[in-house]
Amino acid sequence: MKFFGSLIAVMVFAAAPLRAEIDIAEVTSSGGINAWLVQEESIPFVALELRFKGGASLDLAGKRGATNLMVGLLEEGAGDLDSRAFSERAESLAASFDFDVGDDAVSISARFLTENQDEALALLREAITKPRFDQDAIDRVKAQVVSVIRSDAQDPDNIVGVSFDSMVFGDHPYGSAIEGTEENIAALTRDDLIAAHKGALARDRVYVGAAGDISPEELADVLDKLLSDLPATGTPQAPDIAVSTQAGVTVVPFDVPQSVAIFGHEGIARDDPDFFAAYVLNEILGGGGFEARLMEEVREKRGLTYGVYSYLVPKDNAALYLGRVASANDRIAEAIEVIREEWKKMSENGVTEEELTAAKTYLTGAYPLRFDGNGPIANILVGMQMDDLPAEYVNTRNAQVEAITLDDIKRVAARVLRPEALHFVVVGQPEGLES
Amino acid sequence: MRRLIALTGACFLAAAPLRADTIEDQVTTFQLENGMDVVVIEDHRAPAVVHMVWYRGGSADEQPGVSGVAHFLEHLLFKGTEKLAPGEFSETVKANGGTDNAFTSFDYTAYFQRIAADRLGLMMEMEADRMKNIQLDREDILTERDVIIEERNQRVENDPGSLFREQRMAAQYLNHPYGTPIIGWRHEMVNLDLDDALAYYEQYYSPNNAVLVVAGDVLPDEVLALAQEHYGPIPRNEALPERVRRSEPPQMAERRISFEDPRVAQPYVMRTYLAPERDPGDQRTAAALTLLAEVLGGSQTAVMPQKLQFEEKRAVYAGAFYSGLSLDDTTFGVVNVPAQGVTLEEAEADMDRVVAEFIETGVDPVQLDRIKFQLRAAQVYELDSSNSLARRYGAALTSGLTIEDVHAWPDILQSITPEEIIAAAKEVFDRDNAVTGFLRTAKEVTQ
Repeated sequence: MKFFGSLIAVMVFAAAPLRAEIDIAEVTSSGGINAWLVQEESIPFVALELRFKGGASLDLAGKRGATNLMVGLLEEGAGDLDSRAFSERAESLAASFDFDVGDDAVSISARFLTENQDEALALLREAITKPRFDQDAIDRVKAQVVSVIRSDAQDPDNIVGVSFDSMVFGDHPYGSAIEGTEENIAALTRDDLIAAHKGALARDRVYVGAAGDISPEELADVLDKLLSDLPATGTPQAPDIAVSTQAGVTVVPFDVPQSVAIFGHEGIARDDPDFFAAYVLNEILGGGGFEARLMEEVREKRGLTYGVYSYLVPKDNAALYLGRVASANDRIAEAIEVIREEWKKMSENGVTEEELTAAKTYLTGAYPLRFDGNGPIANILVGMQMDDLPAEYVNTRNAQVEAITLDDIKRVAARVLRPEALHFVVVGQPEGLES
Repeated sequence: MRRLIALTGACFLAAAPLRADTIEDQVTTFQLENGMDVVVIEDHRAPAVVHMVWYRGGSADEQPGVSGVAHFLEHLLFKGTEKLAPGEFSETVKANGGTDNAFTSFDYTAYFQRIAADRLGLMMEMEADRMKNIQLDREDILTERDVIIEERNQRVENDPGSLFREQRMAAQYLNHPYGTPIIGWRHEMVNLDLDDALAYYEQYYSPNNAVLVVAGDVLPDEVLALAQEHYGPIPRNEALPERVRRSEPPQMAERRISFEDPRVAQPYVMRTYLAPERDPGDQRTAAALTLLAEVLGGSQTAVMPQKLQFEEKRAVYAGAFYSGLSLDDTTFGVVNVPAQGVTLEEAEADMDRVVAEFIETGVDPVQLDRIKFQLRAAQVYELDSSNSLARRYGAALTSGLTIEDVHAWPDILQSITPEEIIAAAKEVFDRDNAVTGFLRTAKEVTQ
């Protein structure tokens, strides 16, 4: 199909560059849709990232799995094209559209060539606004989802995640897998999918980032064409939920040689003034490197694991502070003991001046390396908007990291690290551990 | 890889080619006097660089009996030299705002850092140091051996699909070392010692067995000058052996294996056939096989999914896979994950029937045009990631190919005819060369 023409008012604000290369333009279409753009003409393609806030947590009562199934069907036929015709069309344009869903958002990641941009976007528009939900496609994708559910039920990594979530969140959507159960899936109808589509893909919750060979004016035009036929509003967002845990261990028996554990307690919200300090603190406790205390103590000194990490998980409706470790069944108890000890030590004493300096150097130096290509940049632009950050953030972020003091860390460590709430869920046949 | 998932397995995903007219302008190659190859890929969009050193030595170059030693040594290279304390390498990279890691495959071991472009010299200084000067104490060795065993637990022992793969590969190769897992057999890993690691190190770690790849915001002359300064003084290893592995005898009987595990939720059948790889100056057969895999199973519209998933609804997933990037003979695979109510025996028959029909009918020219256009587009898309371009060159040059082969590959793919694809299919689908594997759920044992 052809796009209709429209008059577009484009407002462009160029933020000061990060390192000369990152110029973010803020674009608003005449239809009132906002997007951020980094225009980069050297390679003739565009990465476009659309994200709809809400995601699988919008599933209505008794309809768990509906949003996930709906998203799985967006590439299975739209408008005049059935599933096969849709795929053939995308392939013949060499465009790729990835549809994904998580607890808090539906994500659409598109990549298309400059030379056939209009055709690619016309096809994407069909998928977003006119999915067909043909019955044979529904049946086929349902079977695939059931296959995933069954495989997940035998995968220790998955079992441990779902067990932890269920313990913490209970009946809240965060407390169960986004795929739903086999029974949920079997009961979902085409009408449920249409309702899930209307509820999740609405204009009041969309965020857009783009990077590549497209001008602000073109992008503004694209926004209205892509999204103007979507409903103005969708399903209300899921409610917030408090996180409450107690120190202890929950064992989920499963016959594997290596136990897998997830541990954690309440975390800290992304918009909390202490978030940055907590982020730096976590880098030192259990961030990506071998220098992190958990990695040093559990892997480097004792050889108890291949990897141990901790991470802040600020979700839309709750905040968690989590970690993960895997050790042979006869060694997991020792690994857990070491982690508990480190958690307590840092909670009481904070970090050293040397650790703080090293973490800052790393975090500030690594930040620009994230902007390494159109796809990653489009992603970052969307993430910043969803976190309610200004475009200038790319320039002020490192200064915020630099500003963290040893006292900040000490105060935040005492607040955020809570040994009395640190709970471990262990999947396997762990020796010397009982629920 | 030292830190995260995915040991690069035998089935590196089918690599998309490079747009020769563009990428060639960005690539410069040198060779240092000591024999070290240097590849520079310019990408001036961001002031960052990827620095990689690839050794032409992987797990398939190990001596018998010490499986996993190449990967073990990769871990040990982070344990210090005469100049650097254990862990100081990665600490220094981090203190300069960079990230580093390493990975081991059948045909290569590679180390890399991503960092601000002005720190390239420092990275080279440290990487050159550990090419020859590691210092290991026995205690460190034992702790790190525990770590790789936990790594094996995580990647393999906890996952029936990975155990199944090990068994299939061992059956596939009667004599060639690709039949031994990259991470090693557990019973040999637990006995690896310092002498095993050092023997491998001394044999394979030298400039004339290495490829330096630098990609990012750099100029070729600067890279050459830095490489001469840091890597140039390292003497070549005059005793470097020619790279010849034990080769396959004629395979004369199909092998069939059935792997049962109670943790298997989704049974499937997979068959792999011994297949030729990309050879220097001789890549047409591999190109035809690459397209064959695309035509049979590369996307939802490919022959196997269309027939089995969409038309007959007898499969949850059906596909084909092949990667020609390998020093020695590789494999071409087909897989069928049956729908509920279809047995593995029926799934195998379905798979064979669809492939036989395909050979009879021939290639749909419209489908082939779509695939070729996507391959051309991939040459545009991949310019977005200098990191993956660096990997492309490093892997090719340590898998027996030359720069010329890498640059010729896209045009070869475009020139392959439907007849060549069918001819390649007839040649490769020889059951005497094949391993057919069933992955099943173990039956309940009642007492």
